[in-house]
Amino acid sequence: MEAGSVCFLSLQGGHVSLKISVPPVTGSTDLKKHPRIGETLIFSVLFFFSILSVSITAGIVIILVRESILFFGSGEVSLIEFLGSTEWQPMIGKFGILPLMNSTVMVSFIAVMVAVPLGTAVAVYLSEYASDGLRNILKPVLEVLAGIPTVVYGYFAVTFMTPLLRGIFGNNVVEIYNTASAGIVTGILILPLVTSMSEDAVRAVPLSLRQGAFALGATKLETVVHVVIPAAFSGLSAAFIVGLSRAIGETMIVALAAGAGPNFTFNPFKAAETITGYIVRISGGDVGYNTMDYNSIFALGLVLFLITLILNIISRKIVKKFREVYE
Amino acid sequence: MSGTSESHFPTDTKAFDRRTRRNSVFALVFFAGTTFSVAVLIILLFSIINNAFGPMAVENTVDPAALRIGGREYTELDSKELIGILEEHLSRGLIRRYNRETPLNERSTANLVQLVEERIIKPAVKQSWSLAEGLFEGGKIRSHFEDNPTHIRSFRAWLNPSFIVSSQSSTPEDSGIRTALLGSVWIILVTFVFSFPIGIGTAVYLEEYAKDSRLNRFIQTNIYNLAGVPSIIYGLLGLAIFVRILQPLSSGEIFGSVDPSTANGRTVFSAGMTLGLLILPIIIINTQEALRALPASLRHSSFGLGATRWQTVWHHLLPGSMERILTGTIIALSRAIGETAPLVVVGASTFVSLDPEGIFSKFTTLPIQIYQWSARPQGEFRNIAAAAILVLLILLLSMNATAIYFRNRLSRTSRIQ
Repeated sequence: MEAGSVCFLSLQGGHVSLKISVPPVTGSTDLKKHPRIGETLIFSVLFFFSILSVSITAGIVIILVRESILFFGSGEVSLIEFLGSTEWQPMIGKFGILPLMNSTVMVSFIAVMVAVPLGTAVAVYLSEYASDGLRNILKPVLEVLAGIPTVVYGYFAVTFMTPLLRGIFGNNVVEIYNTASAGIVTGILILPLVTSMSEDAVRAVPLSLRQGAFALGATKLETVVHVVIPAAFSGLSAAFIVGLSRAIGETMIVALAAGAGPNFTFNPFKAAETITGYIVRISGGDVGYNTMDYNSIFALGLVLFLITLILNIISRKIVKKFREVYE
Repeated sequence: MSGTSESHFPTDTKAFDRRTRRNSVFALVFFAGTTFSVAVLIILLFSIINNAFGPMAVENTVDPAALRIGGREYTELDSKELIGILEEHLSRGLIRRYNRETPLNERSTANLVQLVEERIIKPAVKQSWSLAEGLFEGGKIRSHFEDNPTHIRSFRAWLNPSFIVSSQSSTPEDSGIRTALLGSVWIILVTFVFSFPIGIGTAVYLEEYAKDSRLNRFIQTNIYNLAGVPSIIYGLLGLAIFVRILQPLSSGEIFGSVDPSTANGRTVFSAGMTLGLLILPIIIINTQEALRALPASLRHSSFGLGATRWQTVWHHLLPGSMERILTGTIIALSRAIGETAPLVVVGASTFVSLDPEGIFSKFTTLPIQIYQWSARPQGEFRNIAAAAILVLLILLLSMNATAIYFRNRLSRTSRIQ
């Protein structure tokens, strides 16, 4: 399109030089845009590719919804029971999501409690206090932390964090598998993500705001607390939400450290299976198609998908707004 | 910022001192937070190394001293004497089986020594300690050997050459990651072949062809949202589509290559495609950023010379941004190598001792092995899990080093600034 128009303009502008520069045209000499089959073909292929990426989302939604309809259509479980019951025991036909949901929320809550204060502190330190040299060392370290596969964190939770917690609080208080250990390590997992998003937010605050505060006699801390953090607040909350969404979807740490078997408890030192932990455990065994077990993991997947999708949309909305203000 | 009033910035010296003190205290707090994060990384790495090496107690079923002939150790004997030992200690049936595989008298001495070790001496790990215990709790370990005089002390590096080249086994000390490593490589190949062209194609469409229409904005938003979907959801997608619906394709049936070991579409192909879908949004977003970094003048000059849009893309934009695209792709692939949850859902096999032979074989991968070994309560499985983690981390580190190399080359030799 654009190529054609540029060409056309130059033709109109220099009519004389045109005859010299353009090689003899064999076919029709009209200067209208003519179809190029190769270009159209390539365009269609590229368009097809991008439609394919949309169809991934469509595929996810269709698969999850279809199996969930089978799950609820079986007559063994109603939507109200699914969302309201505190018992998840597929063996006796009890499918209440609350125990799984409860431990998912607990793990994510602990993770966010670890990652957000720490991530904000690191972000503030890196952008406001650290020298360039130190920052150039610390940022790659955080990138390394971000590149470590989640199963390694799971191993860390089982072999280091759980024994540590049991050493501190006593073996009879802390069970071998518990949500506290899984939550803390999940917090460490999302720390680099939260840090880098928070740092971007803090850095985007214009220098003039800081200089204004310094000029009024504020200390560095006062500038950070009263000027920088409020100005970067939307970015910081986006980091919080993305971290939360990541923690909710996290699987391997909870599969290894939080225990197998749903348990409706608010005690973080007890074993309690999360939504993702359940999906992994059930699908890891040989599960037959069209059984309640098989369909239940898709129903849980749908819940998980909706929660993380909503969180991601909210965070993107926040980030967009924040970009408009400070760039 | 409402705090510009006097209550926030008072002027008397006592308050000033307090403010300065609070300022330096919090500078310390922020620094402590950062130090803590770095410390976590160090502890993490240390705890893995700590479990991958360390002393252990081994007990032999038959004392090698009992196998001596004329004062020579069993390792120094010749084939005839070794066959004698084997026939003396092993059942007839077993000897017959070995003879059927390869007759004993045609085997090499090294092979016979190995048989004697595996079948007669049968060293078994009775207890193992971590590196830190070996260094700092010598007394505890020494008393163990005093209590169990038949145990032999040795230092074990769980990460060793035979760990990498041997297949899975039910005993941790004989287990290796050969099948897992090969499985990872096969899967990543499938992932790359699928996601690289499609990812770049989509990015080129969105950046160079798409007009600002509602449909294209929808595609773009959709890709951003896909990047945030938990990986386990992709596992469910792969299970439903590749394993179940496309089973004839993913098990290789329609190509006539029905492998009896194939487990109903739970193959390398399904796993690779699932991971391909997973990293597609990452590759698209990275490639879009790479294309966006190119100056508009490059496009304009190409168009000005009469190039078509595709000629511009193929001859100028892609070569100009290729290093950046490759960097992003390597990072995306290293994410795929570390993924575990979607592969468990798609149906990684729990025990594979045969090497994968193609894309329609059953599979296991390095992270899956780490997961299964970490989930076992026995200490020795934790040790080999740690060794496998080290292999995985080294693999990822070398991939990232390649990415950094590309990035540096980009900043040195790029013709486009």
